[in-house]
This record gives sequence, structure tokens and C-alpha cells, in this order.
Amino acid sequence: MNKAFHALRALGAACALAAAFTASAQSAQPPIRIGSTLALTGPLAATSLVHKVVGEIYVDQLNQRGGLLGRKVEWIVKDDQSKPDLARTLYEQLITTDKVDLLMGPYATGAILSAMGVAQRYNKVLVHHTFGIPSMAKYDMHFPAWSLGPEPATTVPNTVFDALAASAKPPKTIAVVTSKFPSVHFMSLGAREVAKKRGLAEVLFLEWDFGNLDYGPIAARIKDAKPDFLWVGAIGLEGNQLLEALHKIDYTPQEHFYMYPAPGPMSKSPLANNALSMTVFEEHPPFTNAPGAAEFIKLYHERAAKAGIPDTSVEVQAAASYTAWQILEAGVRGAGSLDDKAIAAYLKKNGASTIQGKLRFDGANNYGDDLMRVKQVQNGHWVTVYPKEFAAPGASLRVQ
Amino acid sequence: MTFPSATLLAQSALSGVFIGSLYGLLGLGLGLTWGLLHVINLAHFAFAFLAAYLCYQLASVGGVDPLATLALIVPLFFALGVAMQWLLARFAVSPLHSLLATFGITAIIEAAIQRAWTADFRKLESAYAGQKFRIGELFLPLPELITFALAVALTFAIWATMRYTNIGRALRALAEDAPIAAAFGVNRRAHALVLAGVCGALAGIAGVCLALTFTLTPSQIYAWVGVVFAAVMLGGLGSALGPLAAGVVIGVSEALTMAFASPSWAPIVSFTLLIALLLLRPGRS
Repeated sequence: MNKAFHALRALGAACALAAAFTASAQSAQPPIRIGSTLALTGPLAATSLVHKVVGEIYVDQLNQRGGLLGRKVEWIVKDDQSKPDLARTLYEQLITTDKVDLLMGPYATGAILSAMGVAQRYNKVLVHHTFGIPSMAKYDMHFPAWSLGPEPATTVPNTVFDALAASAKPPKTIAVVTSKFPSVHFMSLGAREVAKKRGLAEVLFLEWDFGNLDYGPIAARIKDAKPDFLWVGAIGLEGNQLLEALHKIDYTPQEHFYMYPAPGPMSKSPLANNALSMTVFEEHPPFTNAPGAAEFIKLYHERAAKAGIPDTSVEVQAAASYTAWQILEAGVRGAGSLDDKAIAAYLKKNGASTIQGKLRFDGANNYGDDLMRVKQVQNGHWVTVYPKEFAAPGASLRVQ
Repeated sequence: MTFPSATLLAQSALSGVFIGSLYGLLGLGLGLTWGLLHVINLAHFAFAFLAAYLCYQLASVGGVDPLATLALIVPLFFALGVAMQWLLARFAVSPLHSLLATFGITAIIEAAIQRAWTADFRKLESAYAGQKFRIGELFLPLPELITFALAVALTFAIWATMRYTNIGRALRALAEDAPIAAAFGVNRRAHALVLAGVCGALAGIAGVCLALTFTLTPSQIYAWVGVVFAAVMLGGLGSALGPLAAGVVIGVSEALTMAFASPSWAPIVSFTLLIALLLLRPGRS
């Protein structure tokens, strides 16, 4: 008994020593530095704040798990002021002056395209969360978390029209109205083509410049055209502005879709009931069954509220952001090093397990499957309604 | 191309009148400081948005009626206008430098708004928001009607003041020839401070109208600059009636372009009008 006790004590002491040694070795090594920019000021700042909060959550979680390759992780984030040209300069600075080990992408297509050019010049892996035009991503070491697939201008409208075709009242006519903002414009043009092929009669097509102030005449033309289905190629607040203008002339669209709406303001607007959009993640099963999703949602609610974000629910933006960090972590762990080529090779071969599900990067331009599902505003909340296996419990597509 | 229906055209024109009146209201204070004080005040837009956010805060959190917030906003922004003019006069800032200095003030105010209210969207949900009147097939939303009424009333009030009061005559004299006006006993400094205060208050009122009608985000400050500058230049620097008239012309032209052709052509309209007028107006040197 006494011998066994001494043996156990010796084992305990050895374990404690080993743990102390590991901890000291970890603290002795410099942290792995991950560099990125975000639009912390300027017109894209509202959504960028989501990505900042998610990045902070992920880095904290990562460090609590012991960091990467036995080293702590430090995230250096600079403000690109919503300017792609500034993002280019700052990524250059992150690589050459700050000498970061890894890169994380900035927010939005324009800045990501700038960062991609810099990453390509220095052969750095670039994981990014919000790139909207897959055909422009030619660099072979970029990895997208915005899971649109390689041809979203065809696949996304097809998913939307499939959902509508399966509804109680499939539309026969369509109006396509769209902002000329690059990442939504090509999708709207794709929607026109797909609608034509599927036999929907186009009763109206309109384009406006991003930053348009008066939606009254656009609303009047939609009212005049009376489409069964309204496709709105809107980004940010444009969708809400159009809905408000429609309401002012007493018109409610029958079935209506918005490409990239400001998620909080749209779901909270009483005018947006039954509005459709796309998603890769919402706060309900089956998405919440993904490993780590529940803890992330809980943490995001707390941190987003603290950061003053009015809508604290996890949806596409926050989920894509979290996914990007998961991809980076999977790449480093899989490669077992910080070598960019090894990380890229691992990701291309193995993909990554994320809260969106298993992602692969072996398709055209490193894109995998189009994971976009159809969601709808129901009683002030976004719920996934199509396809059925991703629908929120008890939810189905509602029509007027 | 099918010809738009009469209802569509009339509703679009109404929309143009309403947005044009807001261009005019924003342009009124801007044009007066530019024409009479030779200050190109970009901060006018930032003041308007700051007022819009204050209105949002007082109405949403404090439960105050949005129009009642004017009781606080008007004197506050009068004081801000006076303070800024005092600062610009203190350093004898030239018109071109005033553009740069007020751009700096705009950036500071934008950052302050973002710090206080974040960059996220803010929408004032007021009792006025959903109300509208119907005349036949046409709809007249109440917030836009309030904006229109305020723009017309203030424009004519300023016009009458400039035309029929001593202070108005003094300001016009100062703009024409400051040394001669001073020789006749006009106190340039005091008059400039009063006018800047009034223009600040006008920015505050325009801000309340913005809050009533639009969803707010700090970066939207810059979305108004181009078209309002066009309205001011078309209407004439220092003119009271000009910005409203030009604003409505621009608003209606844009709206009809959207109704007849494509909304993406609308922004071209204001600047085409401006270029045409600058080239063709009588007295062009």
C-alpha cells in the first residue's frame, strides 16, 4: 500500500513537471502571428464588426486549447477603412514589416481581391470569409469560407427557383431589380438567365447604382409590373430601403428574395415578412448540431452584445467568419507546420471540417460545393426553409 | 420600350419632389455659408447626420416625439454653427482651406457618431413612419410631407429675412463688398456668427428630416454631398430660393429618368444639368 502510494506520488510529480515544462516551453516560444485587415471604419464597418468579434472569439478559444503547434496565437488586425487599395498596402505591411506567420482575409470582395494579389506575390495562403465572385479568385492558395460553389450565378438562382417551384404557389412572372454592386450584380444577371430557362416571364428588369438615395420610382415601377416573384439584387440596407419605398405606395410584394440583406434590420422589419435570402448557417438544427456550434453561438451572443451589435444572432456572416478560422486551423494542424505550401497542399487534399459541414477546395478556383440554402423571415426571425433536410424544425416556405 | 402609366409617372414625380425638397433643405444652409460667408462647409452634412442621430436617440430611447426634439436640436446646432464660424474666423481660413478644414471636422464627427452609435444601421421607428395620405391612386407619406413642408417654410422664411430685414440686407452687403459694408457700420463678425448659427440650425432641422425618412449609418454622410452640391450650384450661391428650386428640379428629373429609363442613369442627371447650366447660363464669362 505504502509502495503504491509512493509510486503514484512519483507519477503525479512527473506529470506535473512535464506539464510545467510544456507550459514553459509554450510561453518561451514566440506566438504565432496571424495578420489581417478589416473595415473597422467606413461604409463596410457595420458588418466588419461581426468579423472582428468572431475572430477574437476564435483566437481566445484556440489559445485556451493550447494554441497552434504548441504556440500561442496572436491576431494582428488593422483598419483598411473599407478601402481595397488600403487593404493592399496593409497586407504588404503585414507580410514585410510585421512579418506575420499567417494571413486571414479582410471583409468583402474588393478588399479580399486586393489581399489575394499580395498573398500571391509572397506565396502566402489566404483564407477568407466573404468573397462573392468565385470566377475572379484565380490564386491557387486561396481558400474560401463563403461556400458559393464555383458557379453561383447559376446554382444560387436554381436553388431559389427550386424552393419556389416546390411551394404552394409557384410564380409565373418575375421582376429582377438589382444594385450594380459587383458581387450582387452578376448573381442577378444569372437569375435572369436561369428564370428564362425555367420559363418564368420577366416583367421588369432594373439596375441602380450602389448608394442610390431614392427608391420611390423603383418601387412605383415594381408596383406597376406586379410580378409574382421579386428578385432583389440588394446588398446591405438597399433591401430595407426598397421595402420601405414599396410600403409607402401601399404595395406588398407577393414573393420576394434579397441577395445580401443586412440580416438584423431585415428580419426585424415588419415589412420583410416572408422575405427570402440565402444562408449557410442559422441558429437552429441541423446547423447547430455541428461540433462547436452551440458554444460559438453562446459566446457570440455575449461578445456581440458587449460590442454593441444590435442583432446578436449567428447567421451567414458570423458563421462564414468562424469557418474561415476553422479552415486556417485545420490547415496548420494538418500540415504540422507554418509552411504555406504545406498548408495549402493539405487543405486541397483533405478539405476542412467546419460548422458549415465538410468543405472541399478541389473544384474550379478552389471552390467546392454550393452550400447556400434558402431562408425566410418568419415572425421576425430568419429560418431556413429549403431544402427540407436543412429546414428549421416545423418550418416550410410561406407564400402570400 | 413601353410608355409608363400616368400613375407611375405621377408617383415617381412626387417621389422626386420629396427627395428634391430634402436636397434643397440640406443645400439651403450650405449655399448661404458658401455664398455669403465664403465658407465651403462640408461639415454641414456631418452636422445634419449628428442631428439625425440625436433625434434617433431622443425619440427611440427617451421616448420624445421626433419633431419635439427640434426644441433641443435647433439651439444646440445654432451654437455649433457659431462655434465653428468663430474658429474659422479666428484662423482667417480661406474658402479653399475651409473646404479642407470642414472635411476634417466631418471625419471627426463621423468617427464620434460611429463611437457612440456604432457603424450599424439605426432606424427611427416613429408614429409618423407608417402614416400616409391617399389622393386617387397616389400616396403621400407623412414623413416626406413634413420634410417638404419644413423645406418650403424655411426657404421662404430665409428668403423674406434676406430681402426685407436689416440683418438680411447687411449680410447681402457684406457678401457683395465687406469693407464698404463695414464702413457703413455693419459688424461683419457678429453678422457672420449669426448666419453660421442659423445655417447650423438648418442642418439640425434637415437632420431630423433625415431621421424621419432614412435608416442611418455614419458613412451615409458622404452619399449626399455630390447631389446637394449640384443643387446649391444650380440654385446659386447665397440664394435662399435657389437650392430648393434646383433640388426639386434634380429630384424630379432623377425620378422621371428612373420611371422612363433605368435607375442607374439617374445620377447622371444632376451633373448633366449642372454642366449644362454652367455652360449655357447667361453672363458666363
